[in-house]
Amino acid sequence: MAVIKLSEAKINFIKDVCKSYGNKPGEVINVLHKVQGEYGYLPAEVQELVAKELGIPVSRVYGIVGEYPISVCLGTACYVRGAEKVLDELKRQLGINVGEVTPDGKFSLTCLRCVGACGLAPVIEVGDKVYGRMTPDRVKDVLAEYK
Amino acid sequence: MINVTIDNKQIQVPEGTTILKAARMAGIHIPTLCYFELAGMKFENKPGGCRVCVVEVVKDFNGRPRRNLAPACATDCVEGMEVLTHSARVINARRTVVELILSDHPADCLTCAKSGNCELQSLAQYLGIREIPFKGEQSHYRQDMSPSIVRDMDKCVMCRRCENMCNNIQTVGALSAINRGFSAVVAPAFEQDLVDSPCVMCGQCVQVCPVGALSEVDDTRNVMAAINNPKKTVIVNTAPATRVALGEEFGMPAGTIVTGQMAAALRRLGFDYVFDTDFTADLTIMEEGTELLGRIKKFMAGDKSVRLPILTSCCPGWVNFFEHNFPDMLDVPSTAKSPMQMFGAIAKNYWAEKMGIKREDLVVVSIMPCLAKKYESKRKEFYKDGNPDIDYVLTTRELARLIKQFNLNLKDMPSEDYDDPLGESTGAAVIFGATGGVIEAATRTAYEVFTGKQCPKIDFTELRGMEGIRDAWVDFDGTPIHIGIAHGLSNARTLLERVREGKEQFHAIEVMACPGGCVGGAGQPYHHGNSEIIKKRTEAIYREDAGKPIRKSHENPSIIKLYKEYLGEPCGHLSHELLHTHYFDKSEHVEISE
Repeated sequence: MAVIKLSEAKINFIKDVCKSYGNKPGEVINVLHKVQGEYGYLPAEVQELVAKELGIPVSRVYGIVGEYPISVCLGTACYVRGAEKVLDELKRQLGINVGEVTPDGKFSLTCLRCVGACGLAPVIEVGDKVYGRMTPDRVKDVLAEYK
Repeated sequence: MINVTIDNKQIQVPEGTTILKAARMAGIHIPTLCYFELAGMKFENKPGGCRVCVVEVVKDFNGRPRRNLAPACATDCVEGMEVLTHSARVINARRTVVELILSDHPADCLTCAKSGNCELQSLAQYLGIREIPFKGEQSHYRQDMSPSIVRDMDKCVMCRRCENMCNNIQTVGALSAINRGFSAVVAPAFEQDLVDSPCVMCGQCVQVCPVGALSEVDDTRNVMAAINNPKKTVIVNTAPATRVALGEEFGMPAGTIVTGQMAAALRRLGFDYVFDTDFTADLTIMEEGTELLGRIKKFMAGDKSVRLPILTSCCPGWVNFFEHNFPDMLDVPSTAKSPMQMFGAIAKNYWAEKMGIKREDLVVVSIMPCLAKKYESKRKEFYKDGNPDIDYVLTTRELARLIKQFNLNLKDMPSEDYDDPLGESTGAAVIFGATGGVIEAATRTAYEVFTGKQCPKIDFTELRGMEGIRDAWVDFDGTPIHIGIAHGLSNARTLLERVREGKEQFHAIEVMACPGGCVGGAGQPYHHGNSEIIKKRTEAIYREDAGKPIRKSHENPSIIKLYKEYLGEPCGHLSHELLHTHYFDKSEHVEISE
């Protein structure tokens, strides 16, 4: 017997969200968006509860959910303005290398070339949110937003 | 009806027919890889992903040729369409597609478990591929092994058949495609191991996997080592459904009965005694039938605490399924062990004592049509002092491999009998191999025990058939008994939910996890989607039953003797100790933590 442990408030919130979408399996993406909006991310317990409420296998929920992809721009403009130092700090704080996922499945780290925001260099992206004028000092604060 | 021309052959097909199906109607073969259909079982997998079935549409709905090649499995025919399935352009494209798939596939056919049964291997042969022109990165994923199933995702071609089977036909929900693009892989949630997932080990994913990505755990070496050990007495028992399928591995037509040849071959392999699981299938009927009648009598006497319907518990995939999905109904299934586990208990207690063999010197091997049986034999409650009741389980396929290694051909084998006393069985036992068989066997015995009269008929044809959910009323001499049957776990789920909601009432329900029952089990020779094979095996099962001199379990002389000499009475004290079991809640529970 496996046990899903969550706080009462969280359980009730998730159940309410699922209910507001009629507990329909087809609404799984909307449900996940809403729950993520409230809690910032989607740990295993939350995915299991959502699956249970919607009556779908948790493997299907997990197949939809991804981690937060952190992309560091290493285009020319970002690079000359210290993107590499930002990348090193991200590696250090997350404890992973480029192309890897953190053990809790929350963040992945990749590099890319230019997001067209060179005026804000150096730039990183977390999910679809862009952070400009990054410095190694700011890494901690940015990650904290997702904890 | 619409008119289409395929390879210059004019045919009429109903609207909504795909090019692939239309071609098959016209007798034209289009090679496929991801596409899979199990006709009559409502299983069709057509993700249109592999592009092996591409064809050239030389005349489309607008009278002009289509610019791109079309996947035949996912393109509907339209009026006036003209299609070429084997033009030079098509063959070229098809070869490139397979070459690309092979460029990300380990080339280890020599040692692959599916070699000889692999659909990708057949395609490469068919297209005459001699080298792989594309070189690049290959995808890698860790291997995973449960007691029944080996997952080697490096070999996966992302056909999604297993995922479709697991989620839609079985509603188990263990496997899903996760990650995207090149890192996409079919895996359990959170990339857990299969043993930690809701997997029930039915193995239908292995049965439909076109390549070696999913295969059975191989126990043949362990069995050979035991046979080679002079200190050990090695005995074997063969499940009902194996005798109607093993012949296929030796080129015999589906539905050939090879009971006697199989017993002979097992002796040549070096087993000391060749017994039959059918013997303990008869024993199962005695125990389960008595339990059913006990519950019905109590219920009719007004005892409201009694749980009806009784559910059969022979199928280990089904047992896993209700432990995961129906934790509130754990007291509903019969507590009777499966025939295989009953065999282990009787062999390692009654028979071993009788023969003066120490438990640790006795090795019991089972030949099963099933992958879940491998797991079942390893359940802790079936061990005594660290020694299991059943030591090894071989599938029908594994047995065929062993027989071939011994340079034996089943076709040349004489027909031999099983050894006594654990080899004697009735027709009621053999039909355990087909959907509806267990409950028919139980009905034959329960009727006579309940009414005290001889049953006017033996064949309860109303309980037979291939429909996923069936029900019938059987008249027990004035008392109507309502019987339900489901095969395939989605059907079982539907039926059980109806019962839970109180929409329907039954006295007894039989469930088999695999489509068709054990004849369609995951350990049987690969059927490659040909459901005719499953039907032929089913017919053979009923033929074998009809040919048996005794066809009711309670008339089996060895069973009568077993109760007289050893067990006492069905559901008695010793029976409860040896032949009954209990179930565990394996579901997920939500609990408040803070």
